[in-house]
Amino acid sequence: MKNSIAERVYDFLKNFPPFNLLSKSKLLEIATEIDIIYLEKGKVLFNQNDANHKHFYIVRNGGISLSKKTEKDNVLIDICDAGDIFGLRPLISKENYLLDAIANEESIVYGIPIEVFQSVSEKNIKINKYLITSFASKSFDPYTTEQSSNVFTDYIVKDSLKYSNLHSVKYTKNPLSCTVNSSAKEAAIKMSTQKVGCIVVVNEAKIPKGIITNSDLKNKIATGVFSIDTCVSEIMSSPVITQPKNLTVLDAQLQMIKHKVSHLCITVDGTSNSKLIGILNNHDVLASLGNNPTVILKDIKRAKRTSELRKIRNKANILLKSYLEQNIPLSHISKIISEINNSVIIRVVEISLKKMPTPAPVKFSWIALGSQGREEQLLYTDQDNALIFEDTTAENYLETKNYFLKLAGYITKSLHKIGFEYCPAEMMANNPKWCLSLSEWKEQFNSWIINVDEKAILLSSIFFDFNHVYGDATLAKELTKSIFKTLNKRSLLFNFLGKEAIASPSPLGFFKQFLVENNGDHKDSFNIKQRALMPLINAARLLTLSNNIYEINNTAKRFEKLAEIEPQNKELYQSCSYAFKALLKFKTKQGILHNDSGKFIKLESLTKEEKLKLKRCFKPIREIQEVLSLRFNLSK
Amino acid sequence: MEFNWFQKKEKKVLPEYFLEYKNAFLNAEKLPINQTRFVVFDTETTGFSMKKDRVLSIGAVSLVDNIINVNNSFEVYIKQEIFKAETVPIHGILKYGEMDKINELEALKQFLKYIENAVLVGHHVGFDVQMINEILKRNKLPNLVNKSIDTGFLFKKSKHAVYKNDKKHYTLDDLCNELKISKSDRHTASGDAYITAIAFLKILSRLNNRTDLKFKDLLF
Repeated sequence: MKNSIAERVYDFLKNFPPFNLLSKSKLLEIATEIDIIYLEKGKVLFNQNDANHKHFYIVRNGGISLSKKTEKDNVLIDICDAGDIFGLRPLISKENYLLDAIANEESIVYGIPIEVFQSVSEKNIKINKYLITSFASKSFDPYTTEQSSNVFTDYIVKDSLKYSNLHSVKYTKNPLSCTVNSSAKEAAIKMSTQKVGCIVVVNEAKIPKGIITNSDLKNKIATGVFSIDTCVSEIMSSPVITQPKNLTVLDAQLQMIKHKVSHLCITVDGTSNSKLIGILNNHDVLASLGNNPTVILKDIKRAKRTSELRKIRNKANILLKSYLEQNIPLSHISKIISEINNSVIIRVVEISLKKMPTPAPVKFSWIALGSQGREEQLLYTDQDNALIFEDTTAENYLETKNYFLKLAGYITKSLHKIGFEYCPAEMMANNPKWCLSLSEWKEQFNSWIINVDEKAILLSSIFFDFNHVYGDATLAKELTKSIFKTLNKRSLLFNFLGKEAIASPSPLGFFKQFLVENNGDHKDSFNIKQRALMPLINAARLLTLSNNIYEINNTAKRFEKLAEIEPQNKELYQSCSYAFKALLKFKTKQGILHNDSGKFIKLESLTKEEKLKLKRCFKPIREIQEVLSLRFNLSK
Repeated sequence: MEFNWFQKKEKKVLPEYFLEYKNAFLNAEKLPINQTRFVVFDTETTGFSMKKDRVLSIGAVSLVDNIINVNNSFEVYIKQEIFKAETVPIHGILKYGEMDKINELEALKQFLKYIENAVLVGHHVGFDVQMINEILKRNKLPNLVNKSIDTGFLFKKSKHAVYKNDKKHYTLDDLCNELKISKSDRHTASGDAYITAIAFLKILSRLNNRTDLKFKDLLF
């Protein structure tokens, strides 16, 4: 019987080693026998110490994270992308799994039965060789890779710090260079057109003789000590420090400190008598370490492609994790993470604008909504965004709208690739409903405020917390002004928002027990978002709107501002602000632990102390709900 | 012969293959979703008329607990006297093409054997079920008794409350776009069945995120 699905599987497998080494008929034989496995994000394929399955796996779509549990924590070993094979070693060495394999995002994985694979490939020397080298290269200890005859050494990271310092640094290949006879001016022009901060001076044999950096030009030329026609050999720093190409991060740092230099030249054999092949600066070393916010921000600004941004944004997650471990204040963490998120968005918009055939026909503002707009988004979440464009003439309207819809399409697609899932509710600027001219937006908000209904309330939590990210900020400001003008005329919305804010009962039950979910998948867990964070977010929004406070979106900051203008409730507002930050941190930590949004908390996993801490955060929730029902007359 | 008012219509003897199919439902116990066998299927037809048009091919994949077993997929091409040149560009099945074709009854027997008592899933599955029922009717047999799930209906259900009112009709292409599913092999019965299966799994996980998913939520 014809099997089109197997042919489809074959078409994929044939592109990846070791399958590309098999003949078509043999590969088809394998393709017919595989399982196609769909994994939701966070779903476990196998756990450490599980008995091995009869299958090994190749990622078709998405990503699978492999991690190793240690006594102290969970060390991420690798994230497998499309085409990567995993889970093969235990089948060959006939052992239990040594790692956890968990879907890092929604994934499709092919399970290949080892028996079929072996019977088909048994006598293929090339395949065996491939498998052996692939095991060897996955053993992370660089010193055993080449020497060890035991190629099946486990690829276990013993110490994650050690690993990060011992891997080789990424240096800039083909660095800018000039001959020893060039003038300072020529060198500077080259640096300026290539937008780099240094140039290597080389002789005819391409052997590095010296280096000129921005600071040489500043100190020696701009001060007037040397003229711009001076030969480079007179102003260059010399000799240069040379190193071989497989330099580790740790060595690079040591060399720079030892020689008091900020650049290292990489040569073919590492000596100063061989050809120049690359250059390494401070920044590259820091970037290889990967957990420094300024480096991350710089890298974002330099990124030319979405795939680069994805890698950089992933580093930010590692950063976030270490910050939480170090107990750095949440207000500081969220500032940094939202700064990183914002720069990612800005860069994505810039890259997307380049893809458009023409520049934007009118001014526009790209706005973030919901938690992103409130700068309360720490982990990857869904995209919530919208676009405001300047009013245009009736005959140009359609063309303008189509332009921005196309642009928004590029932007949301890139953000998705980076890791911000599409919003399931399509609150995104590529939705014609949320890509509107300024007047249309004003009208839209007016109608939500004046004709309040359930839908408007549902949307208020997303749209009323908007934040300008890219483009012309005056458009967003004008919209805010118009919203408050309408709000001041009508206050029915406040009544609705108030009801919404007190709808979720205080998270502590009658006997001071936690109110937990009593049905569904999350039975007996505590929904921290709905029961604790949302009441505070809703209360803060309502109180700031009704107090005519604008341009503060962050919930904690809103409460702080409220404490300023209502001294009589100062204490309550301050404790709300504190409680909010504590709860958000709690949710983020849980999210990192379980690789999800952290929304549901299994109560039995908490220590006594953590439970008490949580309960303390709930007191202000009940009190603020009481304040709201009095102030907005929300008799139940 | 004397005429008898009360004489029952002669009880029709069902053929062996159909009895076997029906028996699978007799002792079937109710299983939770993650143990239920789903058969996702699609038919390519000569057109949209239940009576006049004919099924040219059936493609199906089966899945249990989010796993599609490639070896247990189903694909047949059917010899039909009715042929419409205008639909050839869509499904690409030629009247005298190279494909190995079997007759309609043989296809039906194989299909019944394959689906057993699985829950049938399809995009606008009502049409495909009807087309199979028409084949059954032509062979003087009763309708299919399997439960069925429509991915079009499920997808609407998974949409956010704000968009619920939209009376939009979602095509399989719409689903591919919104759920990011590659559209290669679109418009072969097997390819569409596979795409529908992936869409079904994605929608299930979406629904599962929001609510406690019960089997009855999936049915009409």
